[in-house]
Formats: sequence, structure tokens, C-alpha cells
Amino acid sequence: MAQAVAPSKGMTFGEAGSALAFAGLALLSIIIAAKAYTPEYAFHAYLFAAASVAATFAIVNRYYDRPAQLPPQTVGGKPNYNMGPVKFATIASVIWGIAGFTIGLLIALQLAFPALNFDTSWLSFGRMRPLHTSAVIFAFGGNVLIASSFYVVQRTCRARMVGDIAPWFVVLGYNFFIVIAGTGYLLGITQGKEYAEPEWYADLWLTIVWVAYLLVFLGTVMRRKEPHIYVANWFYLAFILTIAVLHLGNNATIPVSLFSPKSYIVWSGVQDALVQWWYGHNAVGFFLTAGFLAIMYYFIPKRAERPVYSYRLSIIHFWSLIFMYIWAGPHHLHYTALPDWAQTLGMVFSIMLWMPSWGGMINGLMTLSGAWDKLRTDPVLRLMVVSVAFYGMSTFEGPLMSVKAVNSLSHYTDWTIGHVHSGALGWVAYVSFGAIYCLVPWLWNKKELYSMKAVSWHFWISTLGIVLYISSMWVAGILQGLMWRAYTALGFLEYSFIETVEAMHPFYVIRALGGALFVAGSLIMAWNVWKTISSGQEAEEVSQATQPALIAAE
Amino acid sequence: MPAAYKFFAEFAQTWGLLYFVGAFLTVLVYALAPSRKDRFDEASRMPLQED
Repeated sequence: MAQAVAPSKGMTFGEAGSALAFAGLALLSIIIAAKAYTPEYAFHAYLFAAASVAATFAIVNRYYDRPAQLPPQTVGGKPNYNMGPVKFATIASVIWGIAGFTIGLLIALQLAFPALNFDTSWLSFGRMRPLHTSAVIFAFGGNVLIASSFYVVQRTCRARMVGDIAPWFVVLGYNFFIVIAGTGYLLGITQGKEYAEPEWYADLWLTIVWVAYLLVFLGTVMRRKEPHIYVANWFYLAFILTIAVLHLGNNATIPVSLFSPKSYIVWSGVQDALVQWWYGHNAVGFFLTAGFLAIMYYFIPKRAERPVYSYRLSIIHFWSLIFMYIWAGPHHLHYTALPDWAQTLGMVFSIMLWMPSWGGMINGLMTLSGAWDKLRTDPVLRLMVVSVAFYGMSTFEGPLMSVKAVNSLSHYTDWTIGHVHSGALGWVAYVSFGAIYCLVPWLWNKKELYSMKAVSWHFWISTLGIVLYISSMWVAGILQGLMWRAYTALGFLEYSFIETVEAMHPFYVIRALGGALFVAGSLIMAWNVWKTISSGQEAEEVSQATQPALIAAE
Repeated sequence: MPAAYKFFAEFAQTWGLLYFVGAFLTVLVYALAPSRKDRFDEASRMPLQED
């Protein structure tokens, strides 16, 4: 642009405000580090200080490097999508995924061979287990959700994402939360609440990041060029909004001091248990279900090149799912001090959830009608379709296990672990893999993935892994439950506890084998993603002449 | 406390039920109304549209 007058360049409110806020946070963190009660907390304060200083420098440097004008909303009449943060979150999800699956494999092996904790507190099961669950759910799954939601909301609203600093703050801030949470577990900092282990300061940080996430997402929806808000965005919005409410409710804690990592929750006794499982079950319902259903509703139609089977069913699916899920939490507290009617309520809502869950599954699967042949040729679509099948299976199993009579056998046994993993590996991870395999060529402007054969290998290896995992846990769980409740003719318990532990050994070995296969599959994916980005064929040069070279590369 | 317990339990069992049935019927009417057919058919193709 030949401009006579140099455009005046000034910091935006976001740039100046966030740079100042980070500088302030750096100062506060250094003070906290100096006065911290424990060295672990001081370490976290130093991490906060280092990250804040880095953020301040990054924001200021970015300001000096950028042109005076912020990126335009449209280029050549087309929306100028902001895909930088999406790329970052996509890569982060692949890396966190491998880390989370590997830690899962380690703790699976520890259960079979306890010596593998190497007699160090750092690697003890109690610390590794939350590290595993948080890494796979929040680090891997969370980054997939952030990446895909930022991608889908921009594409379906035909608008550039709101904010300049804000989207990066969401992505980087969320991953910093993961680092704080994960290192905290290793150092022994925990609230001891399942799936809500991070302590108050990490929770506070996540709250700020999450509000920014909500604002960026909502702002982009409000900027949309399309009159209708696509159903995937409804699911993403329900996920973001509900997680915010759950997070605040279940982390209503009062810290011992600004200089202590320890806090106490305002709820007590059975109320605390109910709030915890209201949170815990809806983390499943809104993080691991609603968010990933949004992925299903965008990526399956897109990949199959077919419209959603029934858009009306998707609306009924959405509203009935979010209205019912929120009540199902008490089924985690059967036969406890929770009032009986509340337990029954949780059970009834869980059973009713069959309907929206299966409505959604049918909608996802039937979207392939007229395109079923693609399952033979496209392993990415196969991953996503199998994920929906696993969704149907685990949402059938879940309500079954919520029935009190079944729960009296299944609760506290490995059946629960098997159920969770058929949902987590089969549904969440598979639909995520499908989304990653779709996103990488789209984001880096490649014609296709580097190797479709590798996707096929990934699919079959990890499917075998899942089958080994869940079938061994079914057998182990039911065996365990039956052994615990077996009585002799004289009314004594037939088995001591350690005998039931011993009986689990072969199943734990099979489970670890399944986990190893799943890790192997994810490594294949990482290699494929890496090769696609570094040496994949550019999308523009679509010519027949280059086809043989692609096949040879496979 | 027993009075409060009884009140909440009865409230959930009557008004809670009506609220959910009402909400569900509203959703059904919204989703299935013939007047919205074209709009929803168009919306089902939203992922397929290119810029």
C-alpha cells in the first residue's frame, strides 16, 4: 500500500491491558514465591512469574513486529480466519495425548507389577493416576475441544474469531493451567477431588482463561454472517458454559493463606459428595460428551460430504441431553449417606439419558446414509463412525450400571474402569483422532494426510487395544464384584480382599497390553501428523501427475 | 428438617416432572413444526458450504 502518511500505530486496549496485567501478575508471583509456605508452592509461583514475564515480552514484541493495522476481517470477500491458535491447540493435543496415554500405560503396568512405582513417591499410583486422567481428559481432550471449537465456530459463522490477544490467551493460558495441574500432582499438591484435583490458585487461573474462552466463542457467534447458529456451536456453547458453572460450584474453596497451596471447600459431608459428583458426572456429560458431540456434528458430515441425517433430531438431541445430564450425578453415590430419593432420581435420569444418547448416535451414524462405501476407502471416517458406535455402546452400559441393583455389583470394581475407557478410548479419543486427522491437512493447507495407510494401521492397532482393555475389565470387574459378595455356608466372607486382588492379575496384564497398543496407535498418528505438516503435498497443486509419488511414499 | 425434606421431595416429584414434560414438549414443537422444515434442511448442510 502506497500511503503518503504513515498510519499511526498504537497499542490496542487488549495489548496494553494484558501486558500490564501480566507484569502485575509477575510481581505478585515473585512476592508469593518469596513468602510461600512450601517449596512446591514456591516452585509454582516461580512458574507463574516466568510465564507472566514471558507473556509480557511476547505481547510487547508482537506489537513492535506487527503492522499498524490489525488483520482485516475479510480478505477478498472471504472471511480472514484466525487459525494460529487452532494450529497450536491441535499440535498440543497430539503431544499431550501421547503423554497421557503413556502415563496410563505406566499405571496399568503398576497395577499388574507394583514394583514399577520404583519406590518413589513421584511415581506412586496416587500421583500418577490423576496425572493420567487430567492429561487425557483436560490436556488431550481439552486441546482438541478448543482447537475444534475455534475452527468450527469460525467456519460455520463465516467470521473471523473475535479478539487479537484473547484467542492466544485462551490456548496458551489453558496449556499453562495443564502444566501447573500436572506438576502439582507430581509434587503432591491436590484437592483430592476426582477430576477436580488442582488447588485453588490453579482453579482461579482456569476460571480467568475459561471466561476468556466463553467471550471469544460467544463474540464470534454474535459476529456470524449466517442467520442460524449451527447445532455444533450449540453443543460447544453448552460445554463451555456448563463447565464454567461446574468448575465454580465444585471449587468453592477458601485458601488457608495466599502463601499456601492448601484450601478447604465450603461444602461439607454428603453435600460435598453430591456437589463433587454433580461436577464429576457433568464433566463426563458436558466436557466428554457435549463437546465431542459438537465435533461429531461438524466433522462427520464434512468428511462424509453428506448433510446431517436429521437436523430436527439434532435439536431434540441437544435440548434433552443437556436437560437430563445435569441430574444424573447422584448415581455415583448409590448406597451412601445421600437421601434415597436423590439416588433414585439420579438413576432415573441416567436411564432416561438412553434416549437422547441413542438419538444422537443414530443421527451421527445415519449421516452416512448414501455414503457408507466411504467406510471402506476412508480410514478417517471409519475412526469417527466407530467412535459413534462406541458412544452408543458406552451410553447403553452407563445407564445399565446406574441401576441400583446392577450398581451394587459393579460399583468400586474394574467394570467401572472398563466402562469409562470404552467411552474415553472408543468415543472421545476416536472422534478426537478423526478431528485431528481432518484438521491437520485443512489447517496446513495440504491435499491429504501424508499416509492413509498409517491411519488404517492406527485404527486397527488401537481398536484391538480397546477390545483387549474393555473385555478384560468386564471380566475382572464382574469377577471382583462376585468375589466381594460371596459368602460361605456359615455366613463368612468367602474371599479375603487380597485374594480378590490376586485374581485380578491376569486381567491387569491384558489391560496393560491393550493400553500399549493404544499408545502405539497414537505414536503412528503423531508421525503421520508430523509428516503431513513437514512434507505433505500442498492443496493447490492437485494434479494427476503427482499421484504415483504419493502412493510410493506410502 | 423432615418438613423441608418432605417439601423438596414432593416438589421434585410433581412440579419437577411437569417442568420436564413441558420443556420436552416445547422442544418437540419447535423442532418438528412444519414451518421450520426448510430452515432446518438448509441448516443440515451448513458444514458442507464452502466460502
